[in-house]
Amino acid sequence: MPTTANLVQTALYDWHVKHGGRMVYFAGWSMPVQYTSIVDEHKATRTAAGLFDISHMGRLGVYGPDAAKFLDAMVTRRITDMKPGQIRYGLVCNADGGILDDVLVYRWDGQLASMPEPPAFHMVVNASNRQKIIDWLTDRQIEFAARIEDLTKSTAMIAVQGPRAIEKVDPHIECELTSLRYYRGVATRVLGYDTYVSRTGYTGEDGCEIICPEENAIEIWAALLDAIATVGGCAVGLGARDTLRLEAGMPLYGHELSENITPLQAGLDFAVNLADRDFIGRDALVDGTQGTRPVRVGLQMDGRRAARETCPVLYEDQPVGTVTSGTFSPTFERPLAMAYVKPSASAIGTPVVVDVRGTHLPATVVPLPFYERGK
Amino acid sequence: MNPENLLYAKTHEWVSLADEGGGKVATIGISAFAVEALTDLVFMELPKVGQKVKPHESICEIESVKAVSDLYSPVEGEVVEINEPLPDQLETLSEDPFGAGWVCKIKLDSDSGLGDLMNHAAYEKVCAEEAH
Repeated sequence: MPTTANLVQTALYDWHVKHGGRMVYFAGWSMPVQYTSIVDEHKATRTAAGLFDISHMGRLGVYGPDAAKFLDAMVTRRITDMKPGQIRYGLVCNADGGILDDVLVYRWDGQLASMPEPPAFHMVVNASNRQKIIDWLTDRQIEFAARIEDLTKSTAMIAVQGPRAIEKVDPHIECELTSLRYYRGVATRVLGYDTYVSRTGYTGEDGCEIICPEENAIEIWAALLDAIATVGGCAVGLGARDTLRLEAGMPLYGHELSENITPLQAGLDFAVNLADRDFIGRDALVDGTQGTRPVRVGLQMDGRRAARETCPVLYEDQPVGTVTSGTFSPTFERPLAMAYVKPSASAIGTPVVVDVRGTHLPATVVPLPFYERGK
Repeated sequence: MNPENLLYAKTHEWVSLADEGGGKVATIGISAFAVEALTDLVFMELPKVGQKVKPHESICEIESVKAVSDLYSPVEGEVVEINEPLPDQLETLSEDPFGAGWVCKIKLDSDSGLGDLMNHAAYEKVCAEEAH
């Protein structure tokens, strides 16, 4: 493991340390796993609002007249018809259809005064895959009039998530956040600073994510924290970010997603547009063997002992798969997990068994997501 | 128990030694520092009475929302008593880690492992380094 000195720090690092953040190594970054308790931070996000430093996520700008065509060839989701203000979730796959990363592609509405020549698109990638995706795209952009630039270190990224998030952030934003639709994004100002704001997130809650110049991050963070603290909101670390996304049935790269898993196995069909277009990995995704591979399922268990990553899953005494993420759910107060199992054991209601370090515990295949917010 | 009079393992178990019936019995628990570091405890299993244990051997598991941790025996011997209500009252571990939060009592077969234990001052230094 690298020493702390080798780790990259976000613009909010000093704030985290000063406010009790327990700093851990994550994908080359020093990040807060929690400030107080994972359960308290999780519940604050579900009932009020949580503030997350997600500056470790990779932010890439995509420039050039062929930017849309270039991304369309790289991503499973159709990009060429994206209109200003639209955001799409998609996968970057290798030629075998294996997932290199799951990404958001942004085509912002409007323009920032401080950026007269903005990128045509932004792409946000996982911290753990940033360099891999930069290399992958750089090797392929030469065939297009397109160019990517890594904006990760010149910017910060802050998420506000929870049922009270939008109303509490809205007064600090120049645009009318309440009328911004889900998965839409706009170039606007927060506290007078140029930012990109999107109605997106990774918790299953309503909320927004803000990309700002790194020098303005502390001021924006402090103002938003004050705003949500009035309703019981608080800063939230990576620990609760993980339990929140797991309850929301969202995959995490390195756990549910890898180069050995295709988007269809992961149940991400909605993020794959096969018709009338071509992208890297498309041929593999239509080759007919997809239906025989293990698929991602949700597992619900009784008791308090959680199934964890790598725990074997059995059905009728036969091994049928492996847990990829598991935790004790703070919302449902029971263990929940995601696993990949053979199609024969994937039907909703299938009674399976999870081998938790030698103890066989019953589990049931249930639909994902486990948690859906009230509309 | 007064934490200043206890012995500690590097792996954050505390040990209280007493003479009982001509032999030595060690009461084992989890230090306040370790309980604080674990946070969000959701599950624990106890060792079994009669179980033979050795130093640095896992004797039971304690689980938080984030992860599973092992509790290691600091001594060699046989488990003679366990704190049965503890798994149903995990809050006791943080409320009274050096008293009502004790985990088990082990009747010593030898002095094996005792030499590795630290006094309170030495243990506090270990904690300060880890917290840094």
